[in-house]
Amino acid sequence: MNVVYILWLRQLKRTFRSKSRVIGSLGQPLLFLFALGFGFGPIYAKANAGANYMDVIAPGVMAMGILFTAVFSGIEIIWDRQFGFLKETLVAPTSRMNIMIGRTLGGATIASIQGIIIFCFTFIAGFRPTSYMMLPVALLIVFLIAVLFTALGTAIASVLSDFQGFQLVMNFLVMPLFFLSGALFPLQNLPTVLAIIVRIDPLSYGVDGLRGALIPPAHLGLPLDLTVLGAITLLLLIIGSYLFSRIEA
Amino acid sequence: MSAIIEVENLTKKFKDFTAVNGITFSVEQSDIFAFLGPNGAGKTTTIKMLTTLLKPTSGTIKINGFDPMIDKDAVRKSFGIVFQDPSLDDELTAWENMEFHGVLYHVPKELRRKRIDELLEIVELNDRRNNLVKQFSGGMKRRLEIARGLLHHPKVLFLDEPTIGLDPQTRNHLWQYVIDLNKEEGITVFLTTHYMEEAEKVARKIAIIDHGNIVAQGSAEVLREQTKSDSLENAFLALTGKAIRDEDASGIDAMRQRHRMWTKR
Ligand SMILES: Nc1ncnc2c1ncn2[C@@H]1O[C@H](COP(=O)(O)OP(=O)(O)OP(=O)(O)O)[C@@H](O)[C@H]1O
Ligand SMILES: [Mg+2]
Repeated sequence: MNVVYILWLRQLKRTFRSKSRVIGSLGQPLLFLFALGFGFGPIYAKANAGANYMDVIAPGVMAMGILFTAVFSGIEIIWDRQFGFLKETLVAPTSRMNIMIGRTLGGATIASIQGIIIFCFTFIAGFRPTSYMMLPVALLIVFLIAVLFTALGTAIASVLSDFQGFQLVMNFLVMPLFFLSGALFPLQNLPTVLAIIVRIDPLSYGVDGLRGALIPPAHLGLPLDLTVLGAITLLLLIIGSYLFSRIEA
Repeated sequence: MSAIIEVENLTKKFKDFTAVNGITFSVEQSDIFAFLGPNGAGKTTTIKMLTTLLKPTSGTIKINGFDPMIDKDAVRKSFGIVFQDPSLDDELTAWENMEFHGVLYHVPKELRRKRIDELLEIVELNDRRNNLVKQFSGGMKRRLEIARGLLHHPKVLFLDEPTIGLDPQTRNHLWQYVIDLNKEEGITVFLTTHYMEEAEKVARKIAIIDHGNIVAQGSAEVLREQTKSDSLENAFLALTGKAIRDEDASGIDAMRQRHRMWTKR
């Protein structure tokens, strides 16, 4: 328990000590929120009988911020490996499962905080949830997305040995995960192929879940969203732990 | 007295390059054992295999009776290590690095805090305890790394060139501390160093490794007599030759050297 806590704490200390990282990772989601939110707003309203594009994009950029921060936190293992610190944790008489859990919770906490900060910014942009009663559910979904993608980052980092693969992961995994999740468009009336792809992308269930909690109804349905997110999170934690336990130094 | 480290026919190959070539040795409980050899001889690779970080290609290892490939956790509970390469977290303070290690190794809080104070005092970093490690000089980082390695008192302590980059004062302090630890708590020490006087002074048994093979074993005295040398340094040179450092380095040596330059570890 102590071990999980100290690993969690380390992750938080490292992140909040570098202010530039916290602020830097807010930049992109906020840019999307304000530029696309206000840019597409009028057209979207005209085409949809007055519907508000903010309702689409606000949960979308929250998911985006969580996704990027979470994958990044997970992938931080590559840094630890490069700077040698990873060895220190790998030879410790502590199960690697505990190490993995501590790291993942640390990364997920940071990513969740990121999501909450972005949520606050969506207020400035004019977004208002339908009901505040569902905020705890939204928070749960925020956390699930965060754990899921931190675990994914960890799993990937466990098989990459240096930074070279990092760009590949960003361009061929993280970007598609984001753009194909419905973070920027509503899930209703999509062309069939896109509708199928969207349903394969785990982030879609996060985005849809956030919409379901903040501005119901959800398109895929909250129960489905929660089930899929929970199941994939568990699966990735298991795979991640396995890959992490095989790391050699 | 029984052997706490037993190694038989241990081999490690990286692709087709043999870094460790079927070595056999054992270390008695509460002994101080020095593993000496030129750069690239295979010392760190051996230590990595003994400490569960690297999978051997073949051969058997027993640490405190456990196999590092099978009973990983039991082995990890048995040893402590100071790595040759840096392994601190630069974004944490000196004290936080120590505390992190103590928690990871399950050292009870009171004992942990007491030892952290004591060790930071010994390596003269007490007044810098709340500074981030990235602000430290190379020698200070090294000192912190050693202090951290001594925080929990394991059965076996691996020290991979602990004194590189340290001033003579700190080196003396460190070895005295290690000798005391060995005397008082019976901790077995497995060390590597390129300073022959240190090995001669500290170690009771020495193994000399070259190109992945152990070429001689015994006390410093035995090695001196065996090679008819007046110092361990000369015995070392007699056993490992002067290749790499002189003009008739063989083609293989030149290749090894180039290979080493291109591989980071
Ligand atoms: N991961 C690796 N991949 C390929 N070759 C490696 C790897 N690690 C070590 N080697 C090679 O194995 C040989 C032994 O390296 P090792 O680090 O064990 O030497 P050493 O005896 O510790 O040397 P030094 O005194 O310089 O620390 C070297 O030739 C090195 O290039
Ligand atoms: Mg070495």
